[in-house]
Amino acid sequence: MSATVPVRITVNGASHQLDVEPRRLLVHALREELGLTGTHVGCDTSSCGACTIHLDGVAVKSCTVLAVQCDGREVTTIEGLGSTDDLHPMQEAFWEHHGLQCGYCTPGMIMAGVDLLNRTSQPSESEIRHAIEGNLCRCTGYHNIVKAIQAASGQQTEATSQARDEVQA
Amino acid sequence: MTATEAAPNGAALHVGRSLKRKEDPRLITGRARYVDDMTVPGLLHAAIVRSPEAHAMIVSIDSSAALAREDVELVLTGQDMTDLESPLPCAWVPPGTEIANAPHWALARGQVNHVGDPVAIVVGTDRYAVVDAAEEVLVEYESLPVIVDPRAALADGATLVHEDLGSNRVFEFSLGGGDVEAGLAEADVVVQREIVNHRTSGAPIEPRGVIADFRAGSLTIHSSTQVPHFVRLFLALQLGISEERIRAVAPEVGGGFGAKLQFYGEEVLLAYASRRLQRPIKWIETRSEHMQVAHHGRDQIATCRMGARQDGTITAFHVQITADLGAYLMLLTPVIPVLGAFVMGGCYAIPNVRTDITGVFTNKMSTDAIRGAGRPEATHMVEVMIDQLASELGMSPPAIRRKNFIPKESFPAEVATGVVYDSGDYHGSLDKLMGKLDVEAFKREQAELRGRGIYRGIGLSTYTEICGLAPSRIVGPSGLGLQTGLWESAMVRVHISGAVTVYSGASPHGQGLDTSFAQIVADRLGVDPEVVEVIHGDTGTGPQGLGTYGSRSLSVGGEAIARATAKVAEKAKAIVAHELEAAAQDIEVSGDRFSVRGSPDHGMSLAEVAGAAYIPENLPEGMEPGLEETTFYDPENFVFPFGAHAAIVDVDGETGKVAVARYIAVDDCGPAVNPMIIDGQIHGGITHAIGQALYERVHYDDDGQLVTGTFVDYSLPSAAEVPMFETDRTETPSPSNSLGVKGVGEAGTIGASAAVTNAVIDALRPLGVTFMNMPLTPMRVWEAIEEARGGVPA
Amino acid sequence: MIPTEFDYAAPESLDDALWLLGEGGEETRLLAGGHSLIPLMKLRVVVPTKLVDLRKVPGLDGMQREDGSWRIGAMTVHSELEHHPDLGLLSRAASTIADPQVRHCGTIGGSLAHGDPASDLPAVLLAAGGSVSAQGSGGPRTIEAADLFKDYMTTSVAPDEVITAVHVPALDGYGYGYQKFNRRAEDWAMVAVCALVYARDGVCEDVRVGLTHMASTPLRATAVEEALRGQPLYAGSIAEAAERAADATNPPGDLNATPAYKRHLARVLCQRALTEAAGLS
Repeated sequence: MSATVPVRITVNGASHQLDVEPRRLLVHALREELGLTGTHVGCDTSSCGACTIHLDGVAVKSCTVLAVQCDGREVTTIEGLGSTDDLHPMQEAFWEHHGLQCGYCTPGMIMAGVDLLNRTSQPSESEIRHAIEGNLCRCTGYHNIVKAIQAASGQQTEATSQARDEVQA
Repeated sequence: MTATEAAPNGAALHVGRSLKRKEDPRLITGRARYVDDMTVPGLLHAAIVRSPEAHAMIVSIDSSAALAREDVELVLTGQDMTDLESPLPCAWVPPGTEIANAPHWALARGQVNHVGDPVAIVVGTDRYAVVDAAEEVLVEYESLPVIVDPRAALADGATLVHEDLGSNRVFEFSLGGGDVEAGLAEADVVVQREIVNHRTSGAPIEPRGVIADFRAGSLTIHSSTQVPHFVRLFLALQLGISEERIRAVAPEVGGGFGAKLQFYGEEVLLAYASRRLQRPIKWIETRSEHMQVAHHGRDQIATCRMGARQDGTITAFHVQITADLGAYLMLLTPVIPVLGAFVMGGCYAIPNVRTDITGVFTNKMSTDAIRGAGRPEATHMVEVMIDQLASELGMSPPAIRRKNFIPKESFPAEVATGVVYDSGDYHGSLDKLMGKLDVEAFKREQAELRGRGIYRGIGLSTYTEICGLAPSRIVGPSGLGLQTGLWESAMVRVHISGAVTVYSGASPHGQGLDTSFAQIVADRLGVDPEVVEVIHGDTGTGPQGLGTYGSRSLSVGGEAIARATAKVAEKAKAIVAHELEAAAQDIEVSGDRFSVRGSPDHGMSLAEVAGAAYIPENLPEGMEPGLEETTFYDPENFVFPFGAHAAIVDVDGETGKVAVARYIAVDDCGPAVNPMIIDGQIHGGITHAIGQALYERVHYDDDGQLVTGTFVDYSLPSAAEVPMFETDRTETPSPSNSLGVKGVGEAGTIGASAAVTNAVIDALRPLGVTFMNMPLTPMRVWEAIEEARGGVPA
Repeated sequence: MIPTEFDYAAPESLDDALWLLGEGGEETRLLAGGHSLIPLMKLRVVVPTKLVDLRKVPGLDGMQREDGSWRIGAMTVHSELEHHPDLGLLSRAASTIADPQVRHCGTIGGSLAHGDPASDLPAVLLAAGGSVSAQGSGGPRTIEAADLFKDYMTTSVAPDEVITAVHVPALDGYGYGYQKFNRRAEDWAMVAVCALVYARDGVCEDVRVGLTHMASTPLRATAVEEALRGQPLYAGSIAEAAERAADATNPPGDLNATPAYKRHLARVLCQRALTEAAGLS
């Protein structure tokens, strides 16, 4: 094993000191060293985007970043975006608009969606589609993902789900 | 019957609603647990050494360097595993056929037959280190000639994949009815085309993965699979472990699409090595491995002949399929084209239909079930051929379809292939579809775009499919030859608090069945779906089951749950009747209570009933305490969803690039349990088929090397390649189950590739192109245009 | 898929980086954004023994206009180019690279040093007549774009040199067009054509055309340029010139594009790029 390198990294607001092999991919450091398994791996070629996280505030593919490159930097993962008790509006919108099925691409897709809205507050459908062109989904056909991101940006979309209390009423 | 009627006493509060999914909170927050998210104390890691050769003898394997590493615990080759009880299984062979088969071992023994064929497994302490160690296992190969073209493989003197079989021909099987030659003879017009459904990959975004943990004589295996109960059974058979000593778990599974409807060698290898080392071991498939060794789908070349009278009445349809099965027969490999043959007549009253299938070995990965499994291929053949025929006859695509549809009144309808279509209203779905197409606007836009060199076309596909696998008496050993039944089981347990846990033998992996199942149960027990928990995918806690595939989990698994729930409700009614001194037949579920009909205030909540059942101070004479029931349900018939799809595409006349401008789908899967989930299944299914039609292709070169080995070359469509989809439904209940439901997981994929292909051909007609096969890549479209112009693309 | 083992250093000065590079031997590689290098390392196509990360080296960032030319720090990422208001063609080409996540990491210096003929930026630099500043043990030097790309993924930057900055003429008054053809939006270019046109009174006074993925290096379409320079700009003259877009090319074929198809695409895309650059679309 090559000599390990110390890396100080802030993840979801908490500071961590890691000793990692230089070849350690950020995604593996997050998943295996820090137990943040919400960030997934779906390919070998930086194609699928399942590993998308935010590095210093912008979306990157954590399978194509070495952990050692993140020394002194800040990472946000899906776990840091929101929890079941305190969902981020993008997470809420994915739930509301059925923007996921198997859920495997979902954390990366949500992180890419948030990154888009950080740059462009009211994106067009085409802007949304191009913003997630590096995130592959095999389940949804993207229709409801696009709707969810539109909704999270505060734009009008047709309702997708019905609330249970409406059923009871 | 409708879903509303099917619910007890007309109280469908939840079925029919687009409830938000119960599954989602863990998935949107990164708190779900897929296989690779799990660990076990003492966990080891595995990497697999795979053949870079498509066909070769293994001369030697030198593991010494790998074994010498401190971080390596074990290296196994095929010769180290000769105590396996049997090769990997092929469980379904078409009935009455002579099948040529070669043993398919979890690790190759002496010979490799496709790129990626596993040769050794390396187990060690570090996930990265075992990858390095696997490279240090030195394998010497002696190359053999390679055969990749399935038709060349059938020729005399062809290179043989399995020399000792004497042929690459695996089997021949015919399915059909009537007399196709007579039918073609009485036709005024016969159209013949060669239709290719090229090889594709399932490509769920979560690759496969396994954790095997053999401890104290028992094996726990977590696998990213659609069929945990099959995994348990086959591991027992392979390893000689008693079945009750094995617990197979499909945890959160990140999509399957058929690629995880399999019993894979890696599951055996991990379990075997774990037993050897008495340590838990994890293996996670890389995407590159997935492209090589997760089974592929399609790969059928068909010579199709369709005949009709001048008025458009189709007289016969004959299909001769050469099915490229790859190097080995896996779980369902030989039967995939047969599944398509059942619906080779499509939605049409064609008296003479026959499919002749020849299965062929080649030096490629095996083909097996990928979303739709035989039915997308068949539908593509029927629907492309009917458009070709329409063009020949000068009829419009909708007109020729309407002329030949099986009329609504004829259901249940026995068709020429021998199956009985349960219900259908094909005119209804096509009429609804046509109502959404603004044909005038289409023509106007088409003319405008033409001025900019864009050729706009429209294509239809009206499909029916056969799913809800499956009635055991039809498909079983004495029927179609499947070596198992295809029932499903369910257990519904009401807790003393009135909360409900449902155990299903289905194994969903994205279909939202936790929610749909909860909706069904909630209506029948007068509770909120929120308090209905659905447990599945675990042979240790779940009932017997057969998994999720073949669009079966609602119509078979859901029906099993509905029946188990009905038993619970019956018992609850008896308890309520006893407590309230009423007659059991007068008790109904009304809102959130079991109450006496006509006096909604006079009743008990499920929690109160459960209290009475678990604190049995006042139960009816002879009644057992407790409130839970188990059911096994074996369907009487398949279900036959159907629909009408239209694609509008724009082709760049200069570059050949195709864009899907609009896609409209009207589908019928019976009464909707959760319309939102149904739409989602359709969206994904359509996109899968757009992928096949325009983007995706598994391609091997002449040396059997996989050219499309990563997501760079195997092109799944992204959001930028597809439009918003316009979906609608008709609801024609199935008489086959009490819910009236039909499957929907594969419908979009089955219907869509022909719509897109027909649209591209329609677009290209002004340029002289009258027929094309998938994949409709820019270059292939451009070449077709050039050829029609009389140019020869160099 | 994971890289093989290697050593890692993140020097804090250019001198230190150069020393590490010189000391490490041939298999020492520079790491900028890593989005060309790390994928190849994961596939084990590239197996370096040491990476020298330029992330902490000062002076490799920033964009300034100097004497009619843009000086762009080598570590400038594609998304910065994409969102810059005044970079014209460079900005447009950068906006088509891969996907947003990749554009947040990939750098202009890394992309040029990688020399992939399918990448977007090399042909743009070539067409614009730009250059790079490189620093090595022998001191700083300027490499003109025309001298930079030598062969498939091979540049004239020496193994012990670092690209420190990229210089792109501002080309004020030029119209530009960029036509990239791929199957999916996130794919590399099957073929791309960039065009820069300077017109006065409807006459093409200057034209530069760059071709991506039409040979083992990016190319200038000199035959097109010669055919159009000095000509009146209209659909006919552009079409005639664009017919020569595939002259002197040697496009590599693959599963989805034969050389013949790529030559055809070059002509079509060239016409479109010129039309766009001439403001005639």
